[in-house]
Amino acid sequence: MTQSVVVQVGQCGNQVGCRFWDLALREHSHVNKAVLVDMEEGVVNEILQGPLREVFDSTQLITDVSGSGNNWAVGHWTYGSAYKEVIVDQLRKTAEHCDCLQSFFLIHSMGGGTGSGLGTCVLKLLEEEFPEVCRIVASVYPSAEDDVVTSPYNSVLAMRELTEHADCVLPVENQSLVDIVNKIKHMSYSGNPGSMIKKDTAIISGRGGVSGAQKPFDAMNNIIANLLLNITSSARFEGSLNMDLNEIAMNLVPFPRLHYLVSSLTPLYTLSDVSIPTRRLDQMFTDAFSKDHQLIRADPKHSLYLACALMVRGNVQVSDLRRNIERLRPTLPFVSWNQEGWKTGLCGVPPVGHSHSLLALANNTCVKSTFMELRDRFAKLYRKKAHLHHYLLVDGMEQGCFTEASTSLSSLIEEYTQLDATKTRMIPDPTRLNIAT
Amino acid sequence: MSIVTVQLGQCGNQVGLEFFEVISNDANDRQRKVYSECTNDRFFSETSNGDLVARAVLIDMEPKVISQSVAKAVKSGKWRYGEHSYFSQKQGSGNNWANGYCVHGPRHEELVVDLVRKEVERCDRLAGIIAMMSVAGGTGSGVGTYATQCLRDAYPNSFILNHLTWPYGTGEVIVQNYNSVLTLSHLYQLSDAILVHENDTVHKICAKLMNIKHISFSDINKVIAHQLGSVLQPALTGDSNGVYNKNPLAELMSGLVCHPEYKLLSLCNIPQVSSSSMVYSVFTWSGLLKHLRQMHISNTKMEEGIDWQVRAPCLQSGGLERTKSHRRKGFNTSLANLLILRGKDVYSAEIGGFQDPSLYTSWLPAVEAFSIWKTPVTFNKYEKSATLVSNSQALLQPLDYMVGKAWNMFASRAYIHQYTKYGISEEDFLDSFTSLEQVISSYSLL
Repeated sequence: MTQSVVVQVGQCGNQVGCRFWDLALREHSHVNKAVLVDMEEGVVNEILQGPLREVFDSTQLITDVSGSGNNWAVGHWTYGSAYKEVIVDQLRKTAEHCDCLQSFFLIHSMGGGTGSGLGTCVLKLLEEEFPEVCRIVASVYPSAEDDVVTSPYNSVLAMRELTEHADCVLPVENQSLVDIVNKIKHMSYSGNPGSMIKKDTAIISGRGGVSGAQKPFDAMNNIIANLLLNITSSARFEGSLNMDLNEIAMNLVPFPRLHYLVSSLTPLYTLSDVSIPTRRLDQMFTDAFSKDHQLIRADPKHSLYLACALMVRGNVQVSDLRRNIERLRPTLPFVSWNQEGWKTGLCGVPPVGHSHSLLALANNTCVKSTFMELRDRFAKLYRKKAHLHHYLLVDGMEQGCFTEASTSLSSLIEEYTQLDATKTRMIPDPTRLNIAT
Repeated sequence: MSIVTVQLGQCGNQVGLEFFEVISNDANDRQRKVYSECTNDRFFSETSNGDLVARAVLIDMEPKVISQSVAKAVKSGKWRYGEHSYFSQKQGSGNNWANGYCVHGPRHEELVVDLVRKEVERCDRLAGIIAMMSVAGGTGSGVGTYATQCLRDAYPNSFILNHLTWPYGTGEVIVQNYNSVLTLSHLYQLSDAILVHENDTVHKICAKLMNIKHISFSDINKVIAHQLGSVLQPALTGDSNGVYNKNPLAELMSGLVCHPEYKLLSLCNIPQVSSSSMVYSVFTWSGLLKHLRQMHISNTKMEEGIDWQVRAPCLQSGGLERTKSHRRKGFNTSLANLLILRGKDVYSAEIGGFQDPSLYTSWLPAVEAFSIWKTPVTFNKYEKSATLVSNSQALLQPLDYMVGKAWNMFASRAYIHQYTKYGISEEDFLDSFTSLEQVISSYSLL
């Protein structure tokens, strides 16, 4: 079996990571490959005192005291260089414990200082030290109403690193997570007897269950944790059509920089009343392509699909998969050179509490809108040079970093735009090679 | 003489398992002593305590599928795989042909060849090697191609048959067309014959004929295994003088592959019914053969939805010359055909329809283009079973489709960076496209 190492950086990264391990333990009896990094002790200390304290040992933690002050430069350059050796050392040790290391999962947020700055520094280190190992990043993007004023700076600076050094990025928007949480809560509190959600099956529940005492972000973080769990399911369990992590990167990334994937998860919960028939399997496929189930707020159906992967778990057969692909295909716009661009996986074991589940990962040009919003927010701040001095004071940081990051983002957006333009054009099939007869 | 089977990648290992299941069940009836002994000798070796061990080598770049197959074999109670006959790594090939061919293949060359050698040495005499693989993924296709190359070098005088499973047209792997093009172009130089099953076709058989509601890959693989078994199980050939043919691979090659430009073989099998309907079904040879012939010339792979309007062209008076107008749309012209009949009253079957020169291309006389194998022993519980192995235009359209899709994607250079990073260049792609366009052209002009 292959192993993945999870690197959790910053407050958000560590909180999500915690949820991940909690859920992973429900699926297996033991998993223990993580490196936890935070530049302030609070979050990691909590982990060490909480129910997961058995899971980690102190050598896997790298902490400092004062945090990064929501400053990407401090996270990336100051702590990055100070802790580089310690981090690389810990990563190597963890990797050595692995029989066959297949990938690194980096979990972090984009808007703050540690997760964003130090996180992307770690990403670069991973590429230098382990160039053969796939790097998958789950990044939480800030919403427009984010309370961190400098989050646009931090995010754009981090974006450049993600574009250059990650194999695959799974962007997640807090607002989407909030919407999903609300949808589930609405369902369970609606008082309708037919809508009792089975304990522990909601995508937002940890071991404590939906109504169990959960900290404020737990519900949202459980969703991301479930995403990571489902992505790795085929590597951990048997199935008739296995889908490994390196296959995901291979099939979903047609051009190296365009590796931002829209993810959606279904079902969100299982109803506890067994007399109500389980929602038809086909409904699950339809849901996966509905905006309600996406982890970012974008509109894939009105943009262009470059590639799409469906990872099915549970008692689902290839005929069910084929039927649904044929049904949904006409409603989804695919790029001209990848009209049949589906990657499929069938894993025999469903997630705990469900009979089947579906994870859809799409490389779709709609991510462009998320990036454009980010660029606008960045521009608003940068025009006025607001807060810039906090960054420029940091050793290693210069104004050039900002312009380069902004250019990188713009050219990324441009690449997506060019692909979008092909949508309306009628592109004739390229002429085939002519063979002398 | 014995056949060694090399199972490569997830598909190869899953299909291989079903194949050995089918033939061991088929041979198991003690009343068919000579037939059983022939099967057992051909596909199994016997240990000192009477265990039947498949003459197979299982290769995969990740361990899950092999362990499943090995366990399932043991569960059957009738046969198993060899304890040391498999090789797996921890991490797969990532659906990347270049990773399979350029990295994993060479890295594990010695071990793989060694495993096959041990299996070959267990045979009294080697009839040939069958390599089972898919073309869509990374291991079966990439490692499989590399392994075929190694085996060709190691056994230059033995027959190598590659059994390929082609993926669904609507996609299982996004880069499947690239992987398929690279595999086929390379195998064409290395293999003696390429026998193809298409998932789409087999899926239809499961749906329409076998009435399976929720089709799984296991169902698909059982149909493939049945069809393969119907070819490779013992039979009496024209030359075998009343005993079972020693080397079905040699006979297959000599009958069907007379020109190196034409190596693609397809299969048509009749009848295919669900086990529950079998009790109620009665077939006559004339009915079966009439349908099979029409299935063949109209290129329908199953006995439902046959287009009876497609007719063989009329020959101009004076014999074999024919003009282009005879290459009618929908008519499947053959280079060579092999008909295999198994079951009750087999000697009364009228096979003249398959000897009709109008089925064949002009440059090979029908008497050389057609061969037939028979046995009165029933196969896999079917009272009568007929299989046509054909070197014809049957695969032309799917091949053309696959090359077209791959070319379309290549024009935008999508995913090419994933291949170049392991050592397959754009030049290599162009070479592959060129070879396959040549194959398409050759078959079109039959």
